Amino acid sequence: MKNLTLIIILFMSANLFASGGGAHLESAQTNIRSNDSLVNGAKLYMNYCSGCHSLQYQRYSRMAADLGLSKDEVTENLIFTGAKFSSHMTKTMDNAQVKEKGWFNNAFPKDLTLVAKSRGNDWLFTYLKSFYKDSSKSTGWNNTLFPDVSMPNVLWELQGIQQASFEEHEDEHGIVSHTFTGFENITEGKLSHDEFDTAVRDIVNFLAYTAEPAQLIRLAYAPWVLLFLVVFTFLAFMLKKNYFKDIH
Amino acid sequence: MGKAVNSSNSSSGLMGWIDARLPVTKAYKEHLSEYYAPNNFNFWYFFGSLSLLVLVNQLLTGVWLTMHYKPDAEQAFGLVEYIMRDVPWGWLIRYLHTTGASAFFIVIYMHMFRGLMYGSYKKPRELVWLLGMFIYLALMAEAFMGYVLPWGNMSFWGAKVITQLFGVIPYIGDGLLEWIRGDYNISDATLNRFFALHVVALPIVLLLLVVLHILALHTVGSNNPDGIEIKKNKDENGIPKDGIPFHPYYTVKDIFGVGIFLLLFMFIVFVKPDMGGLFLEHDNFNIADPGSTPEHIKPVWYFTPFFAILKVVPNPLWGMIAMFSAIIMLFVLPWLDRSEVKSIRYRLLPFKIALFSFVFSFIALGYLGMIGWGDTEKLVARILTGVYFAYFAFLFFYSKNEKHKPIPERLTH
Repeated sequence: MKNLTLIIILFMSANLFASGGGAHLESAQTNIRSNDSLVNGAKLYMNYCSGCHSLQYQRYSRMAADLGLSKDEVTENLIFTGAKFSSHMTKTMDNAQVKEKGWFNNAFPKDLTLVAKSRGNDWLFTYLKSFYKDSSKSTGWNNTLFPDVSMPNVLWELQGIQQASFEEHEDEHGIVSHTFTGFENITEGKLSHDEFDTAVRDIVNFLAYTAEPAQLIRLAYAPWVLLFLVVFTFLAFMLKKNYFKDIH
Repeated sequence: MGKAVNSSNSSSGLMGWIDARLPVTKAYKEHLSEYYAPNNFNFWYFFGSLSLLVLVNQLLTGVWLTMHYKPDAEQAFGLVEYIMRDVPWGWLIRYLHTTGASAFFIVIYMHMFRGLMYGSYKKPRELVWLLGMFIYLALMAEAFMGYVLPWGNMSFWGAKVITQLFGVIPYIGDGLLEWIRGDYNISDATLNRFFALHVVALPIVLLLLVVLHILALHTVGSNNPDGIEIKKNKDENGIPKDGIPFHPYYTVKDIFGVGIFLLLFMFIVFVKPDMGGLFLEHDNFNIADPGSTPEHIKPVWYFTPFFAILKVVPNPLWGMIAMFSAIIMLFVLPWLDRSEVKSIRYRLLPFKIALFSFVFSFIALGYLGMIGWGDTEKLVARILTGVYFAYFAFLFFYSKNEKHKPIPERLTH
């Protein structure tokens, strides 16, 4: 049994190797089981993100079923493209338009279906909160987590406009570097600081959902599967004990 | 072998009809009901049957995945998402397969460690060990090619880096590289051939090797934690005194092992299928993109000890030689260990320290293989690589006149 404990510990400690990354990330504290958060996230996503970013593997109909929304609710309030209820959630803007107009330094907005899996929830949460005004950039925005990013701050209206302060360092070779020290709001947004955090958390939660819609079923089944296996293993143990009582 | 038994059940009825044409009852007795296994198997003896369970899991889930997947560079990534979303229970089938891949290596590493501890590779089981090593090799190829199929960015870059190794071989390297990839780069052609090898060729090889591994084992008989041959002590019927029939004793015991294993396995499948990026890597949720290199290109965890050994050597050719040598050393283990005692139970402290250091170096190299390296990591990896190879050298010289504890006549528990 000692060996078994060791293996369980080894299994669990595997989490230690989970993706790190250099910059400090704020904990997103999303809860995939909160339907309110997912629905609010879906609304915010459709209003602020879906114009430029597709969710090419996510269907409106699946979202409706998983989030407890009716076909009418989705068709009337969340589909802005005239797409069919059963179709994938593709963006309004096409890449040719981006290229023609030279938007976003010619960077095509990425598909976001799986972004929560590739970047992680904490990264997304921190990223969406780290935009600041930078007039030297063509979009007028910059980001402390993703410097020189081509995306503007689409949530500025909710968050207000932030300014970032940096400390200047000069090393012995005369090379100047900047360390980020903090944000300061220069205009107020529609939402308070805490309300904005919740809004961003809901968007991230929604993206965590689209990255793997099956997780809702998976997590719902998990306790029952494990309970069955506990009973099975107990019976198997008793059977084994019975067979081996004459051996040792 | 037990004496010919005057069994009536095989002479008449349907079984009698079959047995006259195909020795089903004979095989059943030889391999199950009259295969006498030592009665002192412990925890470490669960992993043989568990690897068989995982193999069956991989074959079945693999067949069902194949029904919905196409090895097409344009479609593969999207089809994996189609399986995860639109195929009924597709997510479960896929997670059983991806978790199964990692589980396969976990049980195989435990199984191999058991062999190292109790000297199961030593005479008369050299061939059992060698066939097992060939299974391990085939499994590595199978896993490597399977990892390319989802066509994520780490699939692409992992395949690029690993196939590139063959390109460093003098004279034939360039041609060989192109021959393996079927193109100048990892491409649709590569994906197609890796699919063919992953779902047809290598599973056949694996199954054949597994059958041979078990046949060889059942010819010489199982080793045990004491490393004593139970066949040396037989009763008047020719049955080993310390042996018990595999069925029902070990079939029943193994079912318990299966229960414990499935508890852990299903916990991962249902609660944490990507294991925080260890079983399903973050970068592989981005589609393969030759223009965007992931920050740290690394193989999946089960290859990282060898990947670290590869990285330790600055010259790619010698790095590759070091990496393959690390595997080849395991093949020749039966002839490196010249001790007359098999089990760690009767070997002395130097052996125990050596084995512990070897296992530690393997795990620590596995960790180092996953992370980015500074100077310290490079130095530590060099030392650990030294420790890994030193184990084999140590064993060769130390085992020649090795002192040991007295070996008992009969099994202890």
